[in-house]
Amino acid sequence: MAKGQIVAGCLAPHPPHLVYADNPPQNEAYSEGGWETLRWGYQRLARKLKDIDYDAIVIFTPHWQTYIGTHFLGLPEFKSKSVDPVFPNLFRYNYDLQVDVELSEAMRDAASEEGIITKMMTNPDFRVDYGTITSCHLLNPEWDKPIVTISSNRNTHYYSPEVMIEQATALGRACAKAIEESGKRVVLVASHSLSHRHFVEEAPLPEDMSKEHIYNHSQYVWDMKIVDMMREGKSREVIDIMPEFTEQTIAETEGGGLIWMLGAMGFPDFPAEIYGYQSVIGTGNVIACWDPNDDTREYVL
Amino acid sequence: MSEINEPEILFGIYCPPHPQPLLSPEASEGYSNLRAAYDECRKRIEESEADIIIVYSTTWPSIIGHQIQALEKAVWTHVDDDFHYLGSMPYEFHMDTQFARSMRVNCEKRGLEARTVEYEGFPIDTGSVVALQLLNPENRIPTCILSSNMYSNRSETIVLGKAVRDTLAQQNKKAVVVVVSSLSNRMFTEHIDPKEDRIHSQKDDDWNRKILEFFDDGRLEDLSQLSRDIHGQIRVQKVVAYKPAWWLAATMGQHNNYDGEVLAYEALHGSGGAVITLTPSTGSIGDKEFDEDDVEFYRGDRNVLDKGMLE
Repeated sequence: MAKGQIVAGCLAPHPPHLVYADNPPQNEAYSEGGWETLRWGYQRLARKLKDIDYDAIVIFTPHWQTYIGTHFLGLPEFKSKSVDPVFPNLFRYNYDLQVDVELSEAMRDAASEEGIITKMMTNPDFRVDYGTITSCHLLNPEWDKPIVTISSNRNTHYYSPEVMIEQATALGRACAKAIEESGKRVVLVASHSLSHRHFVEEAPLPEDMSKEHIYNHSQYVWDMKIVDMMREGKSREVIDIMPEFTEQTIAETEGGGLIWMLGAMGFPDFPAEIYGYQSVIGTGNVIACWDPNDDTREYVL
Repeated sequence: MSEINEPEILFGIYCPPHPQPLLSPEASEGYSNLRAAYDECRKRIEESEADIIIVYSTTWPSIIGHQIQALEKAVWTHVDDDFHYLGSMPYEFHMDTQFARSMRVNCEKRGLEARTVEYEGFPIDTGSVVALQLLNPENRIPTCILSSNMYSNRSETIVLGKAVRDTLAQQNKKAVVVVVSSLSNRMFTEHIDPKEDRIHSQKDDDWNRKILEFFDDGRLEDLSQLSRDIHGQIRVQKVVAYKPAWWLAATMGQHNNYDGEVLAYEALHGSGGAVITLTPSTGSIGDKEFDEDDVEFYRGDRNVLDKGMLE
């Protein structure tokens, strides 16, 4: 059996606004559009992924928050309706997805061997979080690949951003080992924004783009600093600066997704492909992809 | 912003959000004690003349202001993110839609951003599900659930409580008010044998017991004023502040004239879980005075950043 490999790593933010703006048949809410910079970026990345041969998507989400270890989806199918608890007016999405349970269990076993507290989630009534649904919908609207969702253990809150870096990196290493041993080709997804301070009011028409801007200039400057480092292939430095970035911008990196993904990829020193940056209700969002294949890596933006 | 008349709040309940008392009360003596305390509260609610149960849940965070559950019949099966292996929680809750809509209007009159949520399949949070399943299992009394805005601090939370009073007074309804929150909220980060459950640390236990003394003495306003200390000492810093005592005091009345009763105090995977009742009375206790402003109207941020750079 050939060794498995990570064929791409995507930073894929999950504002439900982007699905709302797309008006897919699965979502009950209707919009007049909005946030095109991000949506068009997602569409371009989705087209790239169509040209890559892969078996499964493994996604790390900050909206499945666990305090007692890291949890993995452990049933082959989940079908239900995901309603965003914060933006229910925008996101009421009927999903029907498949899980690669074999890969999920292999990653869980590898993580346990690394000393990480783990749990398989096997309750059929469990509702998959909207972060998973949003990022996976935008990267693969056909839903024709199985996924694995990994929960976000709340190390940043319980201990510190530094402990999160250690734990998420270890989890990344374990997942990479399991993927290699599985013989599968896998796309990793870190589902989150960068700066994450929201406005607490919403425009009467949420997709009114005349009302959309970053929460404050400081958030923007920090986001651009991180994006520049990604462009320059400085992924290790991104992680080194992350505790301060997370604190200064209330960044959603606190959930550990980007650390996990870059750790699994061995902190790549090649440039990330940047597909778009835009604010959503004040938060800063970049779509980025780390393509380890020198022949297919592009300079997108 | 004067109230039409004084609202009638029969009593208040403080209870924990964890699902063990609902799903696995037999797993330990502590969980069983908490369940018995919930059952006692349920009985007292049934024997009361309450028209409505109002729930403020710390496990329902909101961003766009304050959300108010307004779906007349909320039906779903809930599963907890961490404790999914304990089982599913099917529920059907009946909301007081008239109260919910007036509550939104009264929030706005006091300067708060607020909205009702009325969507089939809306994910009602673990804390609200546990509390309502145990306190009002047959929907004998309609309810209203309020979110906890993740960015809000004292002023906003106090004003939210006052908007509840406005609405109760307008509608002449008798209420039982419920706060769903742990005391100390640090859990063990490993799976444990429930029979070996204990409070995570001595410090957490000491603080919890001091808070329980205040509750037992009916010193609600004193607890409200101690909220920032409580947040710094025994709360994992997930949100900006420990808000339950602010909301409970603003809703029930900002004083110490209560009969408090601690029905149970037990560990829930390391966190402090207590079921407590507070009933308005005429006696008062306390030796503190305070100078934090009693806010009537929320004016939002002070826009310090827009006032220019320091010289």
